[in-house]
Amino acid sequence: MKVKYFAWVRERIGKAEETIEPPASVRTVEDLIGWLTKRGETYAHAFERPRVIRAAIDHAHVKPETAIAGAREIAFFPPMTGG
Amino acid sequence: MTAHVTIRIQEEDFDIAREIEQLTHGRTDIGAIVTFSGICRGTEGGDTIAALMLEHYPGMAEEEIRRHAEEAMARWPLQGLTVIHRFGRIAPGQNIVLVLTASHHREAAFHAAEYLMDYLKTSAPFWKRVDGAKEQNWVEAQARDEAAAARWTKS
Repeated sequence: MKVKYFAWVRERIGKAEETIEPPASVRTVEDLIGWLTKRGETYAHAFERPRVIRAAIDHAHVKPETAIAGAREIAFFPPMTGG
Repeated sequence: MTAHVTIRIQEEDFDIAREIEQLTHGRTDIGAIVTFSGICRGTEGGDTIAALMLEHYPGMAEEEIRRHAEEAMARWPLQGLTVIHRFGRIAPGQNIVLVLTASHHREAAFHAAEYLMDYLKTSAPFWKRVDGAKEQNWVEAQARDEAAAARWTKS
């Protein structure tokens, strides 16, 4: 699946998007945050406060407990500040 | 006549008078237009800023605004609405966002414009970075914006 990062999450990880293949044990959005956090210091820095991180699956907002099965694109970003 | 909905995410500026003209052109069933425009301030937290850098999530930004535009059309008797949100570098004094709502009577247009702005602030995927003279800082989300959006879910 494709993962996208925005704003300071993107800056901390150092990339805007990537393709990942998490194991089947990674079932939910919060599982995926935990799995990404273990990929290195940049990820650990980006996800150091996981409760602050917002997520979207295929362009729709989702909660941490949402299952990721079937997702084509998952995005992680800080709380929004547009308008 | 059918309702006229325009949603655009763009880097370039917009012309408020022209957008009103496009929304109302050839129609006589509109009695009220409410216009909200958000403008880049020259200070943030007391410090002078050089510019705002607006980042967005292409695709999702349009879809999220469209979902709320449809909700606004369902909740209030609107003749049409326009939402334009800019991205990229925006200097103090320049436009950031435009919301136009059109209705027979003013009440629906006022409520819908406020509803749309409250949701743009908290659920449209845009992020503001303040570019100061020496450093760049991402704007923190405001609890008061979350509270403003939450009041629309109460009956």
